[in-house]
Amino acid sequence: MSNANVQANLSNLARYQNNFLKEVEANVEEGHMVKMCMQCGVCAGSCPFGPDWEHSPQKIFMMIRAGKRDEVLGSDSMFMCTSCYNCIVRCPRQLPITHIMHGLANYAHRIGMAPKGQPTRQFATLFWNNLVKKGRVNELTLTLGHYFTNGLVSGIKTALGMQSIGLGLFMAKRLNPMEIFGGHGVKDLKGFHAIVAKAKEIEDRKKGFTA
Amino acid sequence: MADNKFAAYICSGCGLGDKLDIKTLEKIAQKEGKMQVVKSHPFLCNAEGVQMINDDIANEAVTHVCIAACSRRAKTEAFHFPTVAMSRANLREGVIWIVAEGEAHDEVRQEMANDYVRMGCAELKKMKLPAGNPDTAHSKRILVVGGGMSGLTAAFEAAEAGYETVLVEKQSQLGGWAAKLWRRAPFKAPHAEPQDTGLTVLAAKVSSHPLIKVHLNSSLAETAGAPGRFIVKIAQESGAITEETVGAIVQATGFTGYDITKLPELGGGQANVVDQAGLEALAIAANGGAIKRADGKEVKSAVFVQCAGQRGSGGNGSGRHLDYCSGHCCATSIKQAMYFKDQNPDIDTVVMYSDLRVPGMGEDFYRSAQEKGVIFTKAKVTAVSGGDACKVEFKDLILDEDTSVDADLVVLATGQVPSAGVELDAWTQLTAEADGGSDEAKQKIVVMNKTSVLNLTYRQGPDLPQLKQGFADSHFICFPYETRRTGIYAAGPVRRPMDMLQATEDATGAALKAIQAVENASLGRAAHPRSGDLSYPLVRLEGCTQCKRCTVECPFGAIDEDERRFPVFNEQRCRRCGTCMGACPVRVISFENYSVDTVGSQIKAVDMPDEFSERPRILILACENDAYPALDMAGLSRTVYSAFVRIIPVRCLGSVNTIWITDALNSGFDGVMMMGCKKGDDYCQGLGTRPLPHEQDRRHADPARPGTGARRHAGSRHHRQPARGHADQ
Repeated sequence: MSNANVQANLSNLARYQNNFLKEVEANVEEGHMVKMCMQCGVCAGSCPFGPDWEHSPQKIFMMIRAGKRDEVLGSDSMFMCTSCYNCIVRCPRQLPITHIMHGLANYAHRIGMAPKGQPTRQFATLFWNNLVKKGRVNELTLTLGHYFTNGLVSGIKTALGMQSIGLGLFMAKRLNPMEIFGGHGVKDLKGFHAIVAKAKEIEDRKKGFTA
Repeated sequence: MADNKFAAYICSGCGLGDKLDIKTLEKIAQKEGKMQVVKSHPFLCNAEGVQMINDDIANEAVTHVCIAACSRRAKTEAFHFPTVAMSRANLREGVIWIVAEGEAHDEVRQEMANDYVRMGCAELKKMKLPAGNPDTAHSKRILVVGGGMSGLTAAFEAAEAGYETVLVEKQSQLGGWAAKLWRRAPFKAPHAEPQDTGLTVLAAKVSSHPLIKVHLNSSLAETAGAPGRFIVKIAQESGAITEETVGAIVQATGFTGYDITKLPELGGGQANVVDQAGLEALAIAANGGAIKRADGKEVKSAVFVQCAGQRGSGGNGSGRHLDYCSGHCCATSIKQAMYFKDQNPDIDTVVMYSDLRVPGMGEDFYRSAQEKGVIFTKAKVTAVSGGDACKVEFKDLILDEDTSVDADLVVLATGQVPSAGVELDAWTQLTAEADGGSDEAKQKIVVMNKTSVLNLTYRQGPDLPQLKQGFADSHFICFPYETRRTGIYAAGPVRRPMDMLQATEDATGAALKAIQAVENASLGRAAHPRSGDLSYPLVRLEGCTQCKRCTVECPFGAIDEDERRFPVFNEQRCRRCGTCMGACPVRVISFENYSVDTVGSQIKAVDMPDEFSERPRILILACENDAYPALDMAGLSRTVYSAFVRIIPVRCLGSVNTIWITDALNSGFDGVMMMGCKKGDDYCQGLGTRPLPHEQDRRHADPARPGTGARRHAGSRHHRQPARGHADQ
């Protein structure tokens, strides 16, 4: 993430000033809406996972405005969002709160500030990498990859625990054990990789990341 | 009496004929009510019924009409007979709609109706057709005190409506507070950008208006008279006095900002800590360029502290300053933050609020500021230090932590303090002390009078009574602009805290009220709330004992005293509430259609059932401003209440004379209930702020009947007549 834009922001972090807010506006999806929050707290009250978040969306918006860069980007709260869209529906100021949460999570991930070992982040990474490889999700490797996230022993334990389900899927011809050797891809894999690369390039340009 | 002819008309429509025996009512009106003409009609308020009454007035020379039908508040347009005296017996809202259904209640229902017919007839016998006040006052000019946004608007609107206007301004130029502003908050959609104040245009319009006469550098040395005939002495700074005759006055004297040096806990008095007016001055000096502090440094970051010394402990500061919200400050701070953002979006502006209150369409203005990047922080400010680098320490109420922020400039949103002149309660107390011979009090009065705005020559003091927190009004919502001095109307922030848009709307309203007052005064009628009422208080001075009760109790300052301490009634100032009548211990004050007799005779007309018949009688004296409408509403919603009550509307509980209570108890009533506002309530004309007859001790003032006016609630157990003590049920 060696990036001039981000570095400039990092070096200039006064509290309750606009620097971090501007960074968010420039780099986060729908970040320009953060300043429009009027702190009513309806999002915090509407979130079904509300009690499990360290910081509610309301608080995260206030923290951004207060210039709390490390606390916000290092928070796992945005990763808790399940995209139920309750907050978006209810927000009297019509902030796209769900999108902002994902945008913040994505930004934190890209600049390497997202919390290590955060399960949602880990699974999302696993899913993305699995998907990009062949252009389609390889369910067997994805599942196994997920089982072994927390180490070999727990992986084996989980896999054994899921044995009967796996066997059932196999009998019903819903699971092909041969997929473990890489599996099948989309027809034009090269073309698919080109699409993904182009999309990344566009997004990077939009959000100020240079390749 | 020879020329009087009394008639009663009984309606049998609206179900009256089904539930009541109309024949009995007719008989009662004739035999007991002594009505010379008695007629009934199945639909009295329709064209035919009204024509019947009009024919009798024209052909039978009927002079007094009793309408036994619906409430006196209903069908007023149909039953409008300006050439005769009229009473109304309330059989619909007062009887058939509120007595329980069914045959079991037929008897009490009929008894109630019978009594109301008796009462209506008895009242009518004592009534006269009000002849109108012959002492009319004809000046229709309007005086506007104060040449700020409210005053200019009031003067302009009154003049545009065709009324000659005199405007008095203390300063050497028009504009007042508005002249100190760089921009104002927007009045119109899209409510997004600060606007030009529009003052220059308005001031030019006023200055050049043919119907407006402007006195600059002037103040009021004396205001005497009454609506339609105020004589004001306008004193110039040089000492020259001009006398003007005007019909009504609009007081638009505005406000001053709360003294920032009284807020040391928020850095008040320190360098680079200013109030909102201070920032306006800096913005005017910058003239659209970069705003610079007093020391010449360009402001790169500004913090706005809302509710500085306002809203008691709910705002910022020690909580020992103003208890109210000034209403405009949030929008003003938003506007001022935009001054910075519009000039340079990189300037950091933080507004610290506990509740952002932007009335009207201010929410759009707030949103516009957010779009411009103004940061809003819900916070309680704990300390501000001024100087070169200001520091604001605060508790962030969302993040729940104590923190601080540095700024080049701190702006305190201080509140509006009304410029309403002398506080009359303090003045009255000092006057009493001065009358008692205190030289110190006399000197204090001289000092106090120097702060007066109007310098009224009224017995009740030199300025408008203040309702709450020093604001001159009678009621913010129900009776806006109407102060407790008839013909003098308050507009703008002298009346209640407000922003410029509200002040201009206020000014327009007050100008209309002033026009209403001058027009009514010129016709010898009451201004309001009994607008158009031709009755006025008549006093038999030969019976007066100079006790001063009427002059003291008149809530509207209508009564002065002459050298011999006799009351001098200024009818144009009078609101016809009758408080003087209720106050008078020797009962020499009355109205032609409302007097001690009109109510007293109704009380005596009620037929008292046998002591052991288990039918108690409770008299209710109900204020026509609130209680009587409420009772009508009860009827409208068919709420059942006791058929043992007999209700008499009164103009105000203040007009209740203690003799009525004595009479009621003597004539067999088991209790008396006063229905209206109680002391301390202030929703009606501010009357409730004065002690009403049932709350004050008039014992010593009533030589004729000692003991009748003791502090009490009428109807309480120990006032029952012993012979009728059975009514406990």
